[in-house]
Amino acid sequence: MSDHQGVLQNRWGHLRKVLERPGPFSHPEFEPSSEILDFIMTTCKVLVIGAGGLGCELLKDLSLMGFKQIHVIDMDIIELSNLNRQFLFRHEDIGSSKAEVAASFINRKVKGCQVTPHYCKIQDYDETFYRQFHIVVCGLDSIVARRWINGMLISLLNYEDGTLDQTSIIPMIDGGTEGFKGHARVILPGVSACIDCTLDLYPPQITYPLCTIANTPRLPEHCIEYVKIILWPKENPWGTAIDGDDPQHVTWIYEKSLERASQFNIAGVTYRLVQGVVKNIIPAVASTNAVIAAICATEVFKLATSCCVPLNNYLVFNDVDGIYTYTFEAEKKENCLACSQIPQTLSIPDPDIMKLKNLIELFCDSAAFQMKNPGLTTYVNGKNKTLYISTIKSIEEQTRDNLNKTLLELGLQDGSEVMVADLTSPNVLTIRLKFPNKNVAS
Amino acid sequence: MSSPSPKSPEQNDKNKKYDRQLRLWGDHGQKLLESSKVCLINATALGTEILKSLVLPGIGAFTIVDGEKVTEEDVGSNFFLDEFHIGTSRAQAATETLLELNPDVRGDYIDDFPDHVMSQTQDFFNHFNVVIATALPEKVLMPLSKQLWSANIPLLVCRSVGFLGYVRLQIREHTVIEAHPDNEAPDLQLDRPWPLLREHLEQTDVPNLGTKERSHVPALTILYYYLQQYRNENGGLLPKTYSDKEKLRNMIRDSLPNENDILEENYEQAVKLVNVCVNCTRVPNHIQKILDDEFCTNLTSESSPFWVICAALREMVQSEGALPVRGSLPDMAADTTSFISLQQLYMRQAQSQAESIYRRAMQISRALGQSPDSISETEVKLFCKHASELQVFRGNCVADEYQTSSPSASLHLEDPESLMFYYVILRGLESFISEYNTYPGQFDDHVEPDVLKLKTLIGKLLTDWGCPTLVISDDRVHEVCRYGGAELHSVSAMLAGCTAHEAIKLITHQYKPINNTFIYDAITSTSATFVL
Ligand SMILES: [Zn+2]
Repeated sequence: MSDHQGVLQNRWGHLRKVLERPGPFSHPEFEPSSEILDFIMTTCKVLVIGAGGLGCELLKDLSLMGFKQIHVIDMDIIELSNLNRQFLFRHEDIGSSKAEVAASFINRKVKGCQVTPHYCKIQDYDETFYRQFHIVVCGLDSIVARRWINGMLISLLNYEDGTLDQTSIIPMIDGGTEGFKGHARVILPGVSACIDCTLDLYPPQITYPLCTIANTPRLPEHCIEYVKIILWPKENPWGTAIDGDDPQHVTWIYEKSLERASQFNIAGVTYRLVQGVVKNIIPAVASTNAVIAAICATEVFKLATSCCVPLNNYLVFNDVDGIYTYTFEAEKKENCLACSQIPQTLSIPDPDIMKLKNLIELFCDSAAFQMKNPGLTTYVNGKNKTLYISTIKSIEEQTRDNLNKTLLELGLQDGSEVMVADLTSPNVLTIRLKFPNKNVAS
Repeated sequence: MSSPSPKSPEQNDKNKKYDRQLRLWGDHGQKLLESSKVCLINATALGTEILKSLVLPGIGAFTIVDGEKVTEEDVGSNFFLDEFHIGTSRAQAATETLLELNPDVRGDYIDDFPDHVMSQTQDFFNHFNVVIATALPEKVLMPLSKQLWSANIPLLVCRSVGFLGYVRLQIREHTVIEAHPDNEAPDLQLDRPWPLLREHLEQTDVPNLGTKERSHVPALTILYYYLQQYRNENGGLLPKTYSDKEKLRNMIRDSLPNENDILEENYEQAVKLVNVCVNCTRVPNHIQKILDDEFCTNLTSESSPFWVICAALREMVQSEGALPVRGSLPDMAADTTSFISLQQLYMRQAQSQAESIYRRAMQISRALGQSPDSISETEVKLFCKHASELQVFRGNCVADEYQTSSPSASLHLEDPESLMFYYVILRGLESFISEYNTYPGQFDDHVEPDVLKLKTLIGKLLTDWGCPTLVISDDRVHEVCRYGGAELHSVSAMLAGCTAHEAIKLITHQYKPINNTFIYDAITSTSATFVL
């Protein structure tokens, strides 16, 4: 330990009071002693996912709650628009890795704290990396990433004769904010409701019908979408995909949207709105991030020390009208895709009509799956057959024709298993197809 | 038409830096924030975390008043104090570190205790937009609260101890124009269309539209047509009950030319609008209350623009029987021209009503002898647009709360789950600090005797309020004593985020502030708000 015992005595006096004295509301397993502080300082490893608005707060909160073995992972670099809330970054840090700058700031500021940065995607690491942590805490703005890490922690669970080995559970604390609203939740993988159990809590993204965008725009957003999805591919002014961070691109879209809006007499196209639509910007303030991260950090502290019973298991926050919090127990979904261990079945009434592309649409659009880019394989006569994979160019070309074939034409039968791989999970999902109308079978 | 890109005003560095928050409180909110001055009393972890969430979004300036020196324990829980600060002025150390967060913000400090500052410069605290006090002893809080009450400066009092904390807002009067309600019904005034709107709506012969035209008509036009038909058949009355409304909905549903057709999207939307949009347009009770307020009916030369505009609004409401139309339409499936012409009708009506309110407000202001630039047209427009959201808060003085019995507190004490218990215990804690000059349980061997002392003090408070003293469980008192005044960083950070946003609400006059005491219990991750 890098601290002198004397400094430790006083510096962490606040924490020692709640960890070394018995309390009437502690967790039943809580045994006050100085070993608890030792544990969180020397042994307990916490992974912080995201070094953005929530991540910066989480690193500060955790380091001042005594945690020293912290890892942080984030693939992003620092932008000017981060500085209104991501307080570990300064103007001169723009362009550097969030994880690296945040880690070195905390290590400088909080003596003895060892934050290890990982400037990469969460998908770049496998089970051996994630297995080393006692607790994972997420400050993410992406549902896909949340689902992926959720799936990862579930895949680390050990079941012996159908019984969950408690020591294989790595708790996941998830925080999220949008404007003045936020949530914090405690997930014990395999035990309590996971991210996929509550997928229906995430509202679908707003999309506008193509015919409205193309023919009858009414809103400024319709004009911007027109430029984004119709005009840009046609004119392709820079020969590349739209980069929402390139001011030239945004300005071009702004001008063209303005032009279209004035043709249709539509008011309200502003540069800010264009940017918001192009980059899908979620408003954010320092205060909400502070609140949600602090609640998450308190839960990490409770789980690591057993000093209090952890949140069970979902808290929502809103401070538009006064300050409002509501705590409830989100329920585990019996047939959850990610954590239920129940084989998934999918009933298809018309396999003679349903094409592979319709099946893929179903995986993307249905509230139960909400996938992004699923790749499908199956077994036909005991042999592995790739149905469609879009992420690898050569395979995409080879399997493209399958999209317009019906499920029967592809050789799928009642009881066939389809293996689905998607960005939303590190695990391949096996789905058993059921064709209830036997008479359609060829 | 690819011109060299015009330098959009929205692209400067400041707008980029604040982009994510400007989308919430707007440029006008930001302007108020940037000209605000905030005072923090005591740079505890809670205090500096509050300032952090105010410095980052860019308040104009802050001043820290704190006579303490930095201790080792401070460094353990306060992110803005470093080991090398130990023994130096806490006000100075915190100010210097906080200023690193945002070069646009100015900050200074007074290395002295707030009671000394008040006795030397009586009106020192009156020069701020908001005063925030943390860990302030009762004997200083009382005079400060009284002084700020009479100066009408908002005061936020906070304390964080162990897993508990509270925020108390003291404000004499606070007015809000943009409350940003979550779900607001559209304001269509279909029961009382102004002549231009009526003329426009009656141009469309809804039942005789061709198949193509049918799908182009906005829901509003459809709804208006069948509403008129309903009223003709029902003695001119609007549908009120569920079955009335169902009758109207069925009229729209039955309009399909062929029985087997599916109702078009715009007709579906018209059906959906029935519930919220065919009600009698009336002035909401809470707005009528504001218009009848003495501040609105008895203006003086000191009246704020809010009340002057309210008086002008009141006159319009008296003559028109309704608030000015909001001027915005929800999106509706329709062809561009039908939708835009309808949208523009609403917008123009809103504009002309706002202009007449502006002219009237200017007249009133002039008659009161106020300066001609006290009312701005932009403000009046904003005011009219949000006329149904207006809010007036009148709080009470913390000193009064401490000096009188609190009947609303005793009311909540009947519920054994109520967080009001912690309010009582924290009040007991304040008494303990005043009496013994230390936190209960500060030292390991004092926890048990301090439990008894604290219980006695709480008992005294409850007796004063006429409550049975047994309502507070020993466990809860013991829990607070075991904290020994410990400040847990993550508990403070949660309270600080909340308090900072309350300050932003007060400065920007947007969103509804707490009324008036917020209690946070991190043991159970719950919170509650009480009016005291
Ligand atoms: Zn699940």
